[in-house]
Parts: sequence; structure tokens; C-alpha cells
Amino acid sequence: MEAPPREAGQPVLSLTAISKAYRNGRARVVLRDISLTLTSGEYVAVMGESGVGKSTLLNLIAGLDRADGGRIVFAGQDLAELDDDAMTALRRSAMGFVFQAFHVLPHLSVEQNVALPLLLNGVGRAESAARVAAMLAAVGLAGFGASRPSELSGGELQRVAIARALIHHPPLVLADEPTGNLDPETAAQVLRLLRDRIKAVGAAGILVTHSALAAATADRTLLLTSKGLAPHAPASPIGV
Amino acid sequence: MSGLRRAAAELLLGELRAHPWPALVGVLAIAIGVAMGYAVQLINQAALAEFSRTVNSLMGNADIEIRGPRTGFAESLYPRIARLSDVVVASPVVEAEAWVPQHKQALKLVGIDVFQAAQVTPGLIGRPSSPRLANLDLLGTDTVFLSPTALASLDLKPGDALTVQVGLRPVTLRIAGALPALGEGLHLGVMDIGAAQWRLDRLGHLQRIDVRLRPGVDAAAFAETLNAQLPAGVIASTPQDTRQGTASLSRAYRVNLNVLALVALFTGAFLVFSSQALSVLRRRSQLALLRALGVTRSGLLRLVLTEGALFGALGALLGLALGYVLAALVLRYAGGDLGGGYFDGVRPTVHFDAESALLFFALGLSAAVLGSAAPAGEAARAQPARALKAGDEEAALAKLRPPWSGLVVVAIGMALTQAGPVSGLPVFGYLAIALLLVGAIMLMPWLAHSVFSRLPASQRAVFHLAYARLAGAPGRAAIGLAGILASFSLMAAMVIMVASFRQSVDDWLQAILPAQLYLRASPGGDAGYFSEAAQRIIASTPGVARAEFSRVSQVLLDARRPPVTLIARQIDARQPGRRLPLVGAALTLVPGDPPAVWVSEAMVDLYGFRTGRLIALPLAGRSVTFVVAGVWRDYARQYGTVALSRDDYRALTGDTHVSDAALWLAPGAGPAQIAERLRHRLAGGDNVQYVQPGEIHVASMKIFDRSFAITYLLETVAVLVGVFGIGASFSAQALARSREFGVLRHLGVTRRQIGAMLALEGALLALLGVTAGLGLGWCIALILIQVVNPQSFHWTMSVHMPWLLLVQLAAALVVAAALTALASGRRAMSAGAVHAVREDW
Repeated sequence: MEAPPREAGQPVLSLTAISKAYRNGRARVVLRDISLTLTSGEYVAVMGESGVGKSTLLNLIAGLDRADGGRIVFAGQDLAELDDDAMTALRRSAMGFVFQAFHVLPHLSVEQNVALPLLLNGVGRAESAARVAAMLAAVGLAGFGASRPSELSGGELQRVAIARALIHHPPLVLADEPTGNLDPETAAQVLRLLRDRIKAVGAAGILVTHSALAAATADRTLLLTSKGLAPHAPASPIGV
Repeated sequence: MSGLRRAAAELLLGELRAHPWPALVGVLAIAIGVAMGYAVQLINQAALAEFSRTVNSLMGNADIEIRGPRTGFAESLYPRIARLSDVVVASPVVEAEAWVPQHKQALKLVGIDVFQAAQVTPGLIGRPSSPRLANLDLLGTDTVFLSPTALASLDLKPGDALTVQVGLRPVTLRIAGALPALGEGLHLGVMDIGAAQWRLDRLGHLQRIDVRLRPGVDAAAFAETLNAQLPAGVIASTPQDTRQGTASLSRAYRVNLNVLALVALFTGAFLVFSSQALSVLRRRSQLALLRALGVTRSGLLRLVLTEGALFGALGALLGLALGYVLAALVLRYAGGDLGGGYFDGVRPTVHFDAESALLFFALGLSAAVLGSAAPAGEAARAQPARALKAGDEEAALAKLRPPWSGLVVVAIGMALTQAGPVSGLPVFGYLAIALLLVGAIMLMPWLAHSVFSRLPASQRAVFHLAYARLAGAPGRAAIGLAGILASFSLMAAMVIMVASFRQSVDDWLQAILPAQLYLRASPGGDAGYFSEAAQRIIASTPGVARAEFSRVSQVLLDARRPPVTLIARQIDARQPGRRLPLVGAALTLVPGDPPAVWVSEAMVDLYGFRTGRLIALPLAGRSVTFVVAGVWRDYARQYGTVALSRDDYRALTGDTHVSDAALWLAPGAGPAQIAERLRHRLAGGDNVQYVQPGEIHVASMKIFDRSFAITYLLETVAVLVGVFGIGASFSAQALARSREFGVLRHLGVTRRQIGAMLALEGALLALLGVTAGLGLGWCIALILIQVVNPQSFHWTMSVHMPWLLLVQLAAALVVAAALTALASGRRAMSAGAVHAVREDW
């Protein structure tokens, strides 16, 4: 059961002059004056060296961390105005996550993992079952619903994670190095799948990656440096 | 140290640095178990050593002790013994336990022939305070020499008068000196034998003859030969036999306490198991990495076992130190009695005992190593390639799921309940309890899977997540479940057993106290009695509708066992149940039957005196045949009681004295009024103890509760260790789930929802644990009631379930588990969702 795609070009996320520093003894500025606007249907890759703050940027967008300065507006709401519960509720209904280490819950079956966001958003059992079945088929895992995560390969696990990230039709999908643990061939399949699914539902997506090949699957690529976030043309990819 | 070994050692140190609490909990649990066991052992040893010293002081250097019933044997036996060719010295002894009314305590008085005793028991020769009259005082008819302890306890000094009660009259003696050779600890007075026989109403009788044999004569063989020639009820025994008899007085109680202390150690071993199991699971990929790097299976096994051994050694050493301090404190402030009432008046001190220390060190070490064995085996067996992969932990635990091995262990345990005692101890009963507990713990993965997989589907996120976790990871759930099961089953078993015992004692007291007023010739000792004249006065006192008298004394049937109590009282042979709480059917006597006796349950166990059997009892130096007409329950005496009709007793012995009276009052007469009347009518009536059934009831229940106080204490410690373990297990599991919580937070689950999920999981786990624990506890209680108690103490009881208390305890445990799980989750979530998902699964 596929949701009708969102109308493309609608503003989803806006970051204005975001800054963030960590204080462990002495302050270390991680993000400085970061601005970004993302519309529905847009799929953006963020590249950058290790430690430059890519994951921190995702955490700030997800409301899992608070920015020191600037403003983040998501789905029309200023994240700074939301308390932890409200932010959690927003994350629950409007965001999907794909992690490098998959983070599929080992004690749940594949379908239970995928259905988790629907359950959290109060979707009824029958509708949930139908949507899970459709989503598993869409990510190439039809027939794997009853399987345990320990029975799946890395590529299959990441498909489960993608299905879980999109099952509740979130307007924003955040993917942090989703192919870091996969072989090149599987990585390519997963990247393709991630992009296709995001596009299919008309969501906005941010892909954080080291890989130029991965970044190449996005609509545009941004490079995060200590100076800020700037457009970037990936060159001479060396792998995914 | 090889590189791999160093790597392994660093891995262990790293684990300890990262997660010190679970290891510390394991070490502390072993320490507590060892401390309890070692302390109980040291206290028992000290008390027994002191008791032994008492026996040695009284027996001196005698090779043989000839002892008869408490009422004594004819003194004509003495010259026969003294003339035997192998006898060098025979020292006659008169004994009485006399009540000292002024100080409200009993005093053991021993009458000796100083000339004979000087060669056998020189410690009993008094040192006169007035040297001028030394010899005269030693032979005086009104003189007594008191041990230092007796002088201190009675607050008297040489020269003072000491008044004791004999019959109902006072007998005043002069304290002529002390018994310095006896040292501290012995509460005793010594008189001349002639004076003792005269003043203590023991004329013509002796209680004991101490004998020294010619060098080279085998004492045991001599005693055996002599026994064939001695009058019935008089037995010759060696000091070893006497010591054994003394030790057997408290043996079952001591063993019971040791077993209870070992329960704490068992719980400790279980804690080590759960902390090691969770630690091995957490480090599954690290251990697999070691295998991949070249550590062999046996190397990995050794590594995990060494960890366990290290915890065990640390815990055991700490436990030994704690145990020693605990024993010293208990002996100093509470004495060596441990609530059992076996060592009254003994003040022992603690001494380090290397043998016991080694034993308990080994037990602590073994408990920890055994606790580590299963996780170590699992770690060694795991395929490195699979174990390196995330999410394989539950697959490892799934191997524990089949119930067959657990069922076999439970079946063996149940079969062992049918075995009899070993040397008077319920060894197989204890073993059965241990196997039942181990078997039930082995069944927990199966139970968790069977129950939790049937949990209904829920559309409420918290319920769904909690149910899914319990159903999807039953192996991990089983580890926490086993801790709850072990703690609650032991708690429930103890509560059911004690409640059953208490209710049975309560019922028994109602049955044996049918009269309205009870009289005892003296509150303590055995020198007080009611003469025939006194009995007539009591029975004819206005307001007394009916008076029944009884004579309580002791006979010796086996030198290696404590004496048996003989109660001669009014019993209607056609309706013995009116006076005795019978167990089973009584024999209907027919004309021509020998006189009847009704025996306590202990007599059946210890001497085989079953209903219908013809038995021989020594009465007044003769062996008399009786028929056992029934068995009754006697919670007051553990080593056997024989009740017979007072008419038969009087006809067979000529003994007309009685020690107790039960009075039924006429309408309108009150117990206090009658007691007052008797005080005036009886000569020495002030010395008589007057008690109403209610007072006996209250005093008896107080004694019951006191004797179970140490049991409660040991059990509480064991349960607390168990509950501590549940907390540690939840904490370790929550720690291992921090990544799961991180993902859930990413997916939009609030902290409150995660807390509720954990509390629900904890409560459901505890609910299943207490339900299973109640079943198991009931089984263990049945073994305690029907196997351990009858075999240890020779009494039975009916089962009473204290439902309200059990439900309260269960509810408390479920709430505690929910709160512990919640608190563990809070700690695990404190690192934050972002940090949690950065680590690999």
C-alpha cells in the first residue's frame, strides 16, 4: 500500500546560521554558520571529512541534540520551541532514520521491525499489516516478514532499515553512512533503493556519506567543512 | 605470559574497568554466602568445644561412665563395680538439678566421694575457704562448693548460705568454698555424696559411677561386656560415646543452620552465573574475536573460568574475614546458642579454624567457578564467525530452551525425597531441594519461551514493545527469571514451612493443655516433687473439680543418644486421644495385653517403636515389656518421649512422687483464686509454679519464634542476596540494551514510554517468576515439612498456607522488580540516544 506522493517543491526543512560546539574541558566548534533549505522530493548528500560534524548536523535536525545558535524549522515548527516530548512526537511521525550499523532490533521479526513506526503512530493492525507487506515487497524482502534479523545478511538488514524509515511516510529521511558496512555491489543496490523509495513517496532526504559514489545518487551534494556547508561536485569517486 | 594470554588478561581487565558493578555484586554475593556459612560453623564449633569441655570437666579422666535413669539406680551396684578386677577406681556420683528460688535459676548439684573422686575427677574437689576446717567441710552434711561461674551468676561468696528446693521444702546449704579447677563456663555445685543423698532425697540411689580401668584394658570392650551384666536402664559407655550423645543433641539443628547458610552461598553462585552469563553475552563478539585471533576453545574456557575463580577467591577471602568478625560479635553479644536452646549457660569464644576456613574458601571458589561453567562452555562452543555477527546472542541462549535436562534433574530430585536419612541427617532431602531448585532454574528458558510467546498482540506501543521483547528474547528473560525464581521459591518455602510449623505447634498446645491450671513442683530442675500427701491436699482443695498428676523423668536406652523422656500420667487406655495428640490410629487393647505405652514420633524414627510392637523399657532396674498402643506428636522433646499410665508406673516402680499437676476447676472457681488457696494449703506452696494454659501458650510461642529467629535471619540474607541479584541482572541487561533504547528514541519513543516498557517487562518477568517460585516453594516446603523436619527433628506437621503473607511478598517482589527495571533503564538511557546508536550492536 503506497501513499500518494507529496507535492514536490514544498519547503520541508530550513536551517539558518546553525552553530554547535562541544565542551570537554575546552570548547571545540563543530558546526559554524550552517544554512540549508530542503524541499519535498529533494534528496541531498552531505560529504565531509571525519569529525567535521556530519552526524552532529543530522542529530540537530532530528532534535536529538540542541544547536547553540541559529534556527531549525521543520514541517513549519521551530525545533527550539519544542520540548523533549514534543520533539519525540515530531520525530515519530515525520522522520525516518537509516543508520550505518542498521540497528534493526534483534528480538523483533522483520515485519515487527518495519511495523514499529506504524505502531508508534497508532496505525491499526490491519492497515499496518498491509502496508508492511507492500513495503517489504517494495524493498525486495517479500517472504522475509517472519524472519529474525540474525538470519539476514547485511544488505537485507539495511533494506529492513530503509523499509522501517519510510513505512510511515515521513516528510524527511535521514541516512547516516547507510552503506558503510556493505560491500560495493550491495551498497549500490541499497543506495538505489533508498533514493527510489524516497522519491516514490515524495519525501525529502539527507544522505551523510564519505563516499563520492554514494553522493552521486543524490540530487545535489554539499560539502561540510570547518568553514560551513557549500555546494560540491563530487569528483573521482573511489568507491561506495 | 604469552601474547594471547596477555591479550585475554587485558580483555578481562577492560571488562572490569568498563562494567565493575556486576562483577562486584558477584564477589559480594559469594562473600556474604561464605561469611554466613563460616560464621555459623565457627559459632557451632565454639559452642560445641565449650560444651565438650564441660563434659570433660565432669568426667575427669574416667575411662568408663556408668549412667542410669534420671531417678537413679540402686547404690548396691557400686561395690559390685568397684570389686571388678579390671577396675582401679570407681567413683560414685549423685546428681540433681535443684531450683534456687531466691535467684530463680536451676543449679546442678553433684555429690561425690572425695576419696574416690580425687583419683578420677580431681577438678570436682572443692577448695575450702577456711583451711582450718578443710577436711570437715569437704565431708560436711550442709556444705557445698560452687564453681566460679555459679558463684558469679548467683552473686554469692564462700560463707554465704545457699537455699535450694527439694520436694517442696527449702534446703539450706553453706558455701564452704569454690571449685577453681573448673574454670569459667560451668554452672555447678559439689557436695559430699552422703550429704547429697540425704539432703537431696536421693537416699540409696546413684546417678552415675565414673570408672578408671587398669592400664591396657580396652574401655569399649569392657563397657560392652559390663553392659550385659548391668541392671536394665543402666548403661556403661566410653567418654567418646558420651561426647557423641552430647553433640547429637544439637547436630540436626546445627546442620540445618549450615544448610541455610549454604543457601546464601548458592544464591551467590547463581549471581555469579547471571553476571557471568550476561557479561559473556555482552562480550560475545570480543570473545569470538579472540578465537579468530588464535585463542583455542580450551583457552577461552579457561579465561572465563579464571574470571569466575578470581571473583570466587576474592569473595571467599572477604567472606572468611567477615564470617570471623560476625562469629566473634554473635558469640560476644548473643552467646553460642543461636536460638536453638541447646547451649544455655555456655559462653564460648571464637577461635580461627583453618580447616573450616579452607572448606568455606573452597566452597566459595567452587560456587563461583560452577556459576561460570555454563557461560564459559557457551563462549567456548560458539562458532566465531556467527558470534562475531550482531544479534546472535539469543541464538546462543536458545540452546538452553529444551526442557528435558531440567525435567530429568527435577525427577531425580523428586525421587531422592523417598530416601531415608543418612546418620540421622536428611542428606537426600537437602539434595532433593538443591536438585529441584537447579532443575527448575534449567526449565526457565523453556517456561519463558512457552509463556511469553503466548502473550497477546497489543496495539499499545509500550505493551507491544514489552511483549515483543519478552517473546523475542526469552533466553535473556530466563536469566532474570531464574533469579526471581530462586529467591522467591526459597522465601515461599521458608514462609510456608514456618507457618505450618507454627500453626501445628499452636494446635498441639491447644490439645495438650486441656486443664485450667497447671502446677509444677519447681519451675526448673528435677529435685522438686509433690509427695503423696501434697497430691491429696491439691486434689481436695475446694474449687478443684479434678486433678491429674504426672511424673516426668528420663531413661537411657542408648548411650550414644540423648536420654528419652518418660511421662507417667493419667491416660484412659480406651480413649488415649483425650490426653495425647495422637498421630494415626491407636491400638485397641485386649485383656492379656502387656501394659501400654504411647510413644512420640521420635521414638518411631529413632528406636523403631511402632504401634503394636512389644518393647522393653527399663523401670526401677528391671526390664519391663510394654505394647506400643499409639504414636503422638510431641513438639517439646526432640529425642523421644514415652507416655504410660501413672497407675502402671506406680505399680511397676513404687515411685509415688509426681512433678506436675493439671487441675480442672469447679464452676465459679478461678485459676488465680485456686493458686492462692494452694499457696496457703501446701507446705512450700510458694515454691510451686502455677501457670494457666494461656501463659504456657504465649511462652511456648515466644520460644518458637526465638528458635526461628536465626533461621529467619539467614533466610532473609539469602533472599536479599537474591533480590540484589535480580537488580544486578536487570541492570546488566539494561546496560546491554542501551543501543536498543537509542534506536527507539530515534524512532520517536519517549523516555517515559521506554521506562514504562521496562517496568512492564520487569513486572511481567517477576509475575511469572513468583508464580513459578510459589509452585517450586510449595514443593520445597513439602520436602522441608515431610522429609527434612521428620528426619532431623522427628516430628511431623500439617501444611498451612499463609496466603496473605505470600501474596504480599509476591506483590512486593513484583513492584520491586518493576522499579528496579525502571531505575536500571534510566541509568542505561543516561548516555543519550545519539551516543547509544554510535556503538555497534
